[in-house]
Amino acid sequence: MKLHEFQAKSILASYQVPVPKGAVASTLEEAEQLFGRLGRSRYVLKAQVLAGGRGKGGGVKLVKSRDEFTKVAKELIGKRLITPQTGPQGVIVRRILVEETADIAKEFYLGIVIDRNISLPVVLASAAGGMEIEEVAKKDASAILKEAVHPAKGLTISQSKGLARSLGLPSSLENTFHTIVSSCLNLFLEKDLSLLEINPFVLTKENSLLALDCKMTVDDNALFRHPEFQSLQDKDEEDPRELLAQKVGINYIHLDGNIGCLVNGAGLAMATMDVIKLYGGNPANFLDVGGGADVNQVREAFTILLSDAKIRAVLINIFGGIMKCDVIAQGILSALKEVSLTVPLVVRLEGTNVELGKKIIADSGLPIIPADTMDDAAMKVVKAAR
Amino acid sequence: MSILIDRNTKVIVQGITGNAGRFHTQKMLEYKTQVVGGVTPGKGGTPCEGVPVFNGVSEAVQKTGADASVIFVPAKFCLEAIREAAEGGIRLIVCITEGIPTLDMVRVKQELKQKGVRLIGPNCPGIITPEECKIGIMPGYIHKKGSIGVLSRSGTLTYEAVWQLTKLGLGQSSCIGIGGDPVLGSDFVDLLELFSKDDKTEALLLIGEIGGEAEEEATRFIQKCFKKPVAAFIAGRTAPPGRRMGHAGAIISGSKGTAEEKIETLRAGGVSVAESPGQIGQTVMNLLKNT
Repeated sequence: MKLHEFQAKSILASYQVPVPKGAVASTLEEAEQLFGRLGRSRYVLKAQVLAGGRGKGGGVKLVKSRDEFTKVAKELIGKRLITPQTGPQGVIVRRILVEETADIAKEFYLGIVIDRNISLPVVLASAAGGMEIEEVAKKDASAILKEAVHPAKGLTISQSKGLARSLGLPSSLENTFHTIVSSCLNLFLEKDLSLLEINPFVLTKENSLLALDCKMTVDDNALFRHPEFQSLQDKDEEDPRELLAQKVGINYIHLDGNIGCLVNGAGLAMATMDVIKLYGGNPANFLDVGGGADVNQVREAFTILLSDAKIRAVLINIFGGIMKCDVIAQGILSALKEVSLTVPLVVRLEGTNVELGKKIIADSGLPIIPADTMDDAAMKVVKAAR
Repeated sequence: MSILIDRNTKVIVQGITGNAGRFHTQKMLEYKTQVVGGVTPGKGGTPCEGVPVFNGVSEAVQKTGADASVIFVPAKFCLEAIREAAEGGIRLIVCITEGIPTLDMVRVKQELKQKGVRLIGPNCPGIITPEECKIGIMPGYIHKKGSIGVLSRSGTLTYEAVWQLTKLGLGQSSCIGIGGDPVLGSDFVDLLELFSKDDKTEALLLIGEIGGEAEEEATRFIQKCFKKPVAAFIAGRTAPPGRRMGHAGAIISGSKGTAEEKIETLRAGGVSVAESPGQIGQTVMNLLKNT
């Protein structure tokens, strides 16, 4: 689960990490009130959307007067913002963050992630602040400093001093820097984050440190022990079909192609998309009904798949292991009774009682195209979609 | 021979009285696995599927001599279940459960390292040494005893691959699903080490997917220390960046962890990579013919 910048900053502030003064507004009136209440003449207005690349899409604006403030706030609220990460359809800006500006002396990058290779959290820091860290990594991996942290031990003074010196921070700020990074690390561990990114983390001309932007992602698997995040969840930017799938316990991801897939197991579902592409087709989705593929899941999955108007053909690829193929075939037939199938359907079953399963499908009298191997199934569904 | 488990392995089931625990205990027993006990706190004393049930792991180990455990308990209790197994004297823990918080795994992995206890999973189908011992949820009959070692981050895709092998007459020494999470008890390299020492394993099949660098690490190890032929398949060539494809660990971060990158690395490292998931078995077959 991703948090909005304003939500992330309020959590940072509660861990005593310095952030600019500001507040969020969802209407022009609210924004106007903030202009007076915060009492500045210059502000930065930031579109609050979960997709990254807001700056590039024109979602972050500096304003220097009341008139400019009103003009930009009006333009941003309700705007369809297109960034490199939103896709061409963009996302609607529902809220803006109104913030005081900072006099920046130097920009840095500060982040915490789990390093999968060593299975530990790592603090990442770079003097190349403001840029996307990946771009930095591509140009010069040595420009990113890394300190692995044992969760039970925390960040040592010598680790944080090392980072502060490599970043070129004034030595008078080394202790402050240690406190800030340690707070971020505590936050990361206590809130079960999978990503905490402060970019840029700035040194101001007044010689203080400030988190100018912040991204936080919470580990979805840990949400059960963090009821505080429930009310922060923003579903406006999610695909309605994906939300429906979540509700019924199906993994569904919408894609741009026209061949729907229904598969049991995530790895096999990815492989099915791949083999469709290999034979010249385009998958319309990733869909994993779970390893067991029970009848209800299959029916719900069908409904979600067929609600996509682009679909020209559907491929069901099920490996029946514990759940036998004849049971799955029955499930497919009973699901088909409840949804009206308007496009060609290719079914490939493999595993326990596969012959029996195939016979059930063949005897049903329904216009189902049977397939044997994954390659056979892909070729048939690609042809059917044309 | 095989790795980690064989016909002498004695297994206890943590969470044996739950639906999944009970069902798979029955299936493991049918496969002639020595399931010697089960653990469910508060339910000790009443047998389940003909197997004695204990309140805790340590008691179960003392009374049954179990050396391996398989975990079916809900995600929020897994951290404690893994700790209890390690402290109770289990040497091999297989955690099937999906949905464990990543930081729980970070913490427990450090503890297990100190104790020298091996964990397979979580979020995995388990491990099987065909015709000897099955610890997990994979369908037993698709496997056949033989000399191909199988390592995978997936469940049903592994069944698909194993079934292709079996139908071509290529049996397996041991098959291990390492799990689909970002932080895993054992990764490819840990297990490649064991397969490299196993006399009965003549070739290896590695099934990877997008996300992380496990395949790249595996390639480095294969180039340096693994002398047996290796075939592979990588799932997720069509996966969009930034999306979690079902498995918590299957995500392309920015431009890192793509299937293309992994396939290129594996090929450069001398691994034979199948283009189609339908040709995995055939790729192994061709590899054996040419070596």
